[in-house]
Amino acid sequence: MLKQISQLHSLRGWIATLSLLGIAIVVIPSLNIFLPQESFFHVPDYIVSLFGKYLCYAMVALAVDLIWGYTGILSLGHGVFFSIGGYAMGMYLMRSIGKEGVYKSDLPDFMVFLDWKELPWYWYGFDNFSFTLLVILILPGLFAFVFGFFAFRSRIKGVYFAIITQAMTFALMLLFFRNNTGFGGNNGLTDFKRILGYSLHEPSTKMGLYVITATLLFLSYVLCRYVVKSKLGRVLTAIRDAESRVMFSGYNTLHYKLFVWTLSACLCGIAGALYVPQVGIINPSEMQPSNSIEMAIWVAVGGRASLGGAFLGAGVVNGAKSWFTVAAPDYWLYFLGSLFIVVTLYFPKGLIGIFTRFSPAEKTKEISR
Amino acid sequence: MSSAETQVKEESVNTMHGCILYVEGVTVSFDGFKALDDLNVYIDDGELRCIIGPNGAGKTTMMDVVTGKTRPDRGTVFFGQNHDLTEMTEYEIAHLGIGRKFQKPTVFQNHTVFENLELAFHTNKNVWMSLTKSLTGEQREKTDEVLETIGLVNQMNLRAGLLSHGQKQWLEIGMLLVQDPRLLLIDEPVAGMTHQETEATVELLKSLAGKHSVVVVEHEMDFIRSIANRVTVLHEGRVLADGKMEDVQNDPKVIEVYLGS
Repeated sequence: MLKQISQLHSLRGWIATLSLLGIAIVVIPSLNIFLPQESFFHVPDYIVSLFGKYLCYAMVALAVDLIWGYTGILSLGHGVFFSIGGYAMGMYLMRSIGKEGVYKSDLPDFMVFLDWKELPWYWYGFDNFSFTLLVILILPGLFAFVFGFFAFRSRIKGVYFAIITQAMTFALMLLFFRNNTGFGGNNGLTDFKRILGYSLHEPSTKMGLYVITATLLFLSYVLCRYVVKSKLGRVLTAIRDAESRVMFSGYNTLHYKLFVWTLSACLCGIAGALYVPQVGIINPSEMQPSNSIEMAIWVAVGGRASLGGAFLGAGVVNGAKSWFTVAAPDYWLYFLGSLFIVVTLYFPKGLIGIFTRFSPAEKTKEISR
Repeated sequence: MSSAETQVKEESVNTMHGCILYVEGVTVSFDGFKALDDLNVYIDDGELRCIIGPNGAGKTTMMDVVTGKTRPDRGTVFFGQNHDLTEMTEYEIAHLGIGRKFQKPTVFQNHTVFENLELAFHTNKNVWMSLTKSLTGEQREKTDEVLETIGLVNQMNLRAGLLSHGQKQWLEIGMLLVQDPRLLLIDEPVAGMTHQETEATVELLKSLAGKHSVVVVEHEMDFIRSIANRVTVLHEGRVLADGKMEDVQNDPKVIEVYLGS
């Protein structure tokens, strides 16, 4: 097993990957904790939180890349899986507020406000962290599995699939906007106090969440890399390029698509669950159609069918977004649109394509030995 | 699953009566147009059969029906005596041992030649096996043999999209070979090939007959003559003539609709 994992990258690739991991979980925390505030190299707390958010987005980008970049199935509904994971974590965080809410009730504030007398049945169990983790791991995948089963069995593909995923996220957003659905309506879930007893306002808790996110992102990356480097990964790209040939070669493509679709949803759900305690809120706007489209843009900008590209795209687009929303909020969407067009026209392999174009490994694939 | 490992359990195809494929009374219509009209074709086990006919005669539709891509409105298609193909999906039919080469060469453009063969290789093709297993040494040897046969040893690490048209045709045939099918359906194998390539293809197909049953659809008359075996002529979704090449060639009905034109 360990041997198989070590073969996922060349030595150079591993050095690069592990250095990135080292920067994320050793260098940045050290610069934050051990350097005095006035030092030039000090990394302020808000930057750590921001990076934590980006890492969640990067995990989403990995998930979208698996299904779109590698398998050729464009999903414009990954916001749903992200939100399911996020809401599950949010419910746990709500329950762990206890009686410290505005109304000093055992129920979450919004339920008191709606004059509900007791907890709805689907909130049961969320005071337990292990149960919550189980829901986070299973529910997004289960939902995706059922949805995907019917869609893929009916051989819905291409733009039609993209449209129904978009409809799915829109429908669920409307559902969650209703107060009666029981997830806090348009305000969503917020005012969290603590996670597992640690205060969410403490910088050390935030740092902990950041390090956990970085570690899980690394593990997700290794998992994705394992998948795309296996024969299964080659079947997936073959489905993308010539599905009927894959079927006539004796593969049940339904199972393959379902597998990668479900895996992708699970990763997205985990990302959502990590995101919520770090930003302190989850509400239905995460299921806005435009959010899911943005996720696809990260991957398109970074480079489809390249896990590194997915990382890069999520980082570049969200970095630009953070800067724009402060410096020139009105121009953000124009910038995003132009970026998308420029990359599609001039860098069909995405930003990562600029690097790999010069890499020796790619060259040997292009030219005969 | 445990017993399966990398080996596939062989499906038994009953060919007791010497026939491997029974196409009986098959009718397929698209918006009222009858692509196949009560078609009856029987392929013997191990035979090499050519199917010819003018455009729109229903040759490709027949292949679509046999491989599960198109469902017939009426009629039955049996593989051996015991497998009703009209009830099965594409991948089940492929797994049973029917390989198909498309009219337009269809290979995985972004995979290397070797990877193309690896994907086609006859082995357990479920998700878990694909995730955890790679080719065994024995399977690699078989793949190398096929690379030799199709003359692409030097190109094995080249992206298939960069091959010439003829090489793609050969790669696709190679993919069928590693799939190790009982029955090969080959649609226009020599389209766009040079004279030498065509000759080599003829040799290859001839060598396959016996071990496999081979059905070739082709326009190219020289090619069919050089294979010189039993020929079936289709016309407007029906069998117009059937027999040895010389007999078919001299059949006035055939001359009228096809050879004469």
